Amino acid sequence: MTLTLNLKRLEAESIGIIREVAAEFRNPVMLYSIGKDSGVMLHLAMKAFYPSKPPFPLLHVDTKWKFNAMIRHRDQIAERYGVKLLVYTNPEGVARGINPIASGSQLHTQVMKTEALKQALDQWDFDAAFGGARRDEEKSRAKERVFSFRSAGHVWDPRNQRPELWQLFNTKISKGETIRVFPLSNWTELDIWQYTRAESIPVVPLYFAAPRPVVKRDGVLIMRDDDRMPLLPGEVEETRMVRFRSLGCYPLSAAIESNAATLDDIIDEMITSRTSERSGRLIDSDELASMEKKKREGYF
Amino acid sequence: MASNIEAGPNPGDATPLRFLTCGSVDDGKSTLIGRLLYDTKLIMEDQLITLERDSRKHGTTGDDIDLALLVDGLEAEREQGITIDVAYRFFATPRRSFIVADTPGHEQYTRNMATGASNSDAAVILIDARKGVLTQTRRHSYICSLLGIRHVIVAVNKIDLVNYSGERFHHIVGDYLGFAQALGFTSITTIPVSARFGDNVTTSSDNMCWYDGPTLLEQLESLDIEQGLDEKPLRFPVQWVNRPNLDFRGFSGTLASGTVRPGDRVVVASSGKESTVTRIVTADGDLPEARSGDAVTLTFADEVDVARGDVIALSDSRPDVVDQFAAHVLWMAEDEMLPGRSYLMRIGTKYVPARVTTLKHKVDINTLEHMAAKTLSLNEIGLCNLSTSVPVALDPYADNRATGSFILVDRFTNATAGAGMITFGLRRATNIHRQSVLVDKASRQRMNGHRPAILWFTGLSGSGKSTIASILERELHARGAHTYMLDGDNVRHGLNRDLGFTDADRVENVRRVGEVAKLFVDAGMVVLCSFISPFRAERQMVRELVDSDEFVEIFIDTPLEECMRRDPKGLYARAKEGKIKNFTGIDSPYEVPEHAEIVVDTRLGNAEAAAQRILESLADRRIIS
Repeated sequence: MTLTLNLKRLEAESIGIIREVAAEFRNPVMLYSIGKDSGVMLHLAMKAFYPSKPPFPLLHVDTKWKFNAMIRHRDQIAERYGVKLLVYTNPEGVARGINPIASGSQLHTQVMKTEALKQALDQWDFDAAFGGARRDEEKSRAKERVFSFRSAGHVWDPRNQRPELWQLFNTKISKGETIRVFPLSNWTELDIWQYTRAESIPVVPLYFAAPRPVVKRDGVLIMRDDDRMPLLPGEVEETRMVRFRSLGCYPLSAAIESNAATLDDIIDEMITSRTSERSGRLIDSDELASMEKKKREGYF
Repeated sequence: MASNIEAGPNPGDATPLRFLTCGSVDDGKSTLIGRLLYDTKLIMEDQLITLERDSRKHGTTGDDIDLALLVDGLEAEREQGITIDVAYRFFATPRRSFIVADTPGHEQYTRNMATGASNSDAAVILIDARKGVLTQTRRHSYICSLLGIRHVIVAVNKIDLVNYSGERFHHIVGDYLGFAQALGFTSITTIPVSARFGDNVTTSSDNMCWYDGPTLLEQLESLDIEQGLDEKPLRFPVQWVNRPNLDFRGFSGTLASGTVRPGDRVVVASSGKESTVTRIVTADGDLPEARSGDAVTLTFADEVDVARGDVIALSDSRPDVVDQFAAHVLWMAEDEMLPGRSYLMRIGTKYVPARVTTLKHKVDINTLEHMAAKTLSLNEIGLCNLSTSVPVALDPYADNRATGSFILVDRFTNATAGAGMITFGLRRATNIHRQSVLVDKASRQRMNGHRPAILWFTGLSGSGKSTIASILERELHARGAHTYMLDGDNVRHGLNRDLGFTDADRVENVRRVGEVAKLFVDAGMVVLCSFISPFRAERQMVRELVDSDEFVEIFIDTPLEECMRRDPKGLYARAKEGKIKNFTGIDSPYEVPEHAEIVVDTRLGNAEAAAQRILESLADRRIIS
């Protein structure tokens, strides 16, 4: 399928950003979170360097609470694209038994995602990390730079960001400092799906509606992906036709009821949808402006 | 499938529009953007719930939802009620998709506004209908114009608060056009709106029967922003050398302008090396043609030396390659800009050390007046001359945003300290393109059997420069050296016929001779230059044109009285009668050399002896054997 002019422009812009990192940084890495945005980002990286392979590895920060289907997809993708995949889990978090159910979403995210990411970046000495975040996702992300500077310790200071004019990205950093790079900054959720369809990019099957075992908890539908999530008194597991708009740790990712079983269905559904993409991400509503807070602490 | 999609926000194949909004929070800018997002159904139910909650807590609109809170994203902004950074918003209609750079309007955020403008095709400038055109309106318009925005939509907002008065609107429009006409916008559209109530934002207003123009959204949807980049000369800044194996060597980058096809004759701008495009490689297969904005990989027929930072152009339409140019510089750092200090300049895909040589003037961004200044502070704009350590390929910003813009990076903090828009290349280096050669100075030297040099004879008129130089040339020639003589009188009959004897013309005279002498040195020859050349600075300039061991300054030291006594051409006599102006030694100064390689005191011997002495010195310097 040929790309619309809009998607063509977005694709070229992202490829330019990805190449820029490869040309300017000593040791870059691409954060791969297995979701649809990561899928598009990886696809763009393959295109950017063709006929070479991307000159950097993928990194998945595994909280050990991802959907099983996500892990299967991750391993298939690494094999299919022939890229090096690094997987990192925070060993202290595991030792302390941190988990999203008993520890709460906030602590779990802090330790198993934010801290884990920082540890991984330090361990491999990466100086630039690609992330698939988009500016349309959330208000504080709307102000994020494409090349987002992090001082030593991975701290983001939203009030002291480098001005970013034209496509003249300032790639200069001192030792210990890093850059987070967001090649999908100017994509919208709809762009992602339309591009995924046009380019036949594989996605985790959980994005498509299917009968799945869910429980209603705190007003949202949670899928019991394994037996580590016990039913609370009064909860009943039932099978419903659901899908996910956004994928994370399974106890923290709410399903929506849907019959959208194909990419075409998903795109149609989105055009008529009246809720935002991250509404199913329970960690966002911890407190007002909570994404900005997490980002300052080093969350992607 | 397609029919379903067209029913919703799917912009299809229209060019996406990037625009910025300028105006202070009091003008209702955030409310206007909130209105656009709300009316184009980009606000989702869960976001609306958050909005209603926030409106009760922070809102300024009583019981109504405060649309401004949708866009003021950072905590500090919500607390202070101002927009302190650039935020990017996205919306789409069935006709087009939009990226809005929402920028702050206060003077202390000029850099943020420029940031938003740098990637925008159009600007929406808000004016509060009650206040009319203000200083800030001028400032916003000037910055838009400076950053190359060509299409402006003036939204006269809060028209509800002036009773939807057409008279008021037309008065403001008149004021605006009065000053904005000078800013060179391609189009200016003026629309009366009420962001809070939605009049003329996305739907036509029933409250203003006197207005029959487009709504803001209609205007944004229909704006033709084609910049004709495809029709401009090819500029392909090389981003990354693509070398997966020994059989493939390609150059990856995004076309800044123009088009390219296999078979096109191209040139590396900075080196002058030429080759032919063989393939345009992409992951989706080779292309028959690439256009501006396309990210591709080119391969060439020859093993040309190409690296990141080089600019590829068509051989017949090359960019300027200069090391000096003029530019408007916007300063963005707390530490002020100091002329003379070295910054790292990023232009295209290249980093190169650069300094501001002259701050010609500062621009008062409110009145547009030019003011003398020594430095630029945060958010100030000035017209500067800059010089780079090596020549760079560039175009004027007005011709090409991508090859005419640069940033300056502080070499110690790595902060993005300045942003520049090039007005033109300086020093006639413009349009002279280095021709790459296969036979170089070293190979000529081997064939000649001696090293090339400039022998620069300086001294007063009548001091004996030309006489000694002539004898020396005869002797060099006899030894088989390849020589040429450039003499002040001869050159002034031809090459420098248009120059007089003012200080400025004397400087230019020596500069030209120096460049010619440099060509002879490159040709492997010993070039004897006999010029009064009264100023140290220009002799130094010539010295720096060639390698340090290739310039021999020979001071023919004859006192003025002796020159006047000799007066071989009768010039001193005429000068003393006032018949020749600006005569060196009479009414124009001669600056004695401080570090001449050879000093000849003509009172100590005749011209033959002087030439012999110089000959020995040249042998000592291994210029001749």
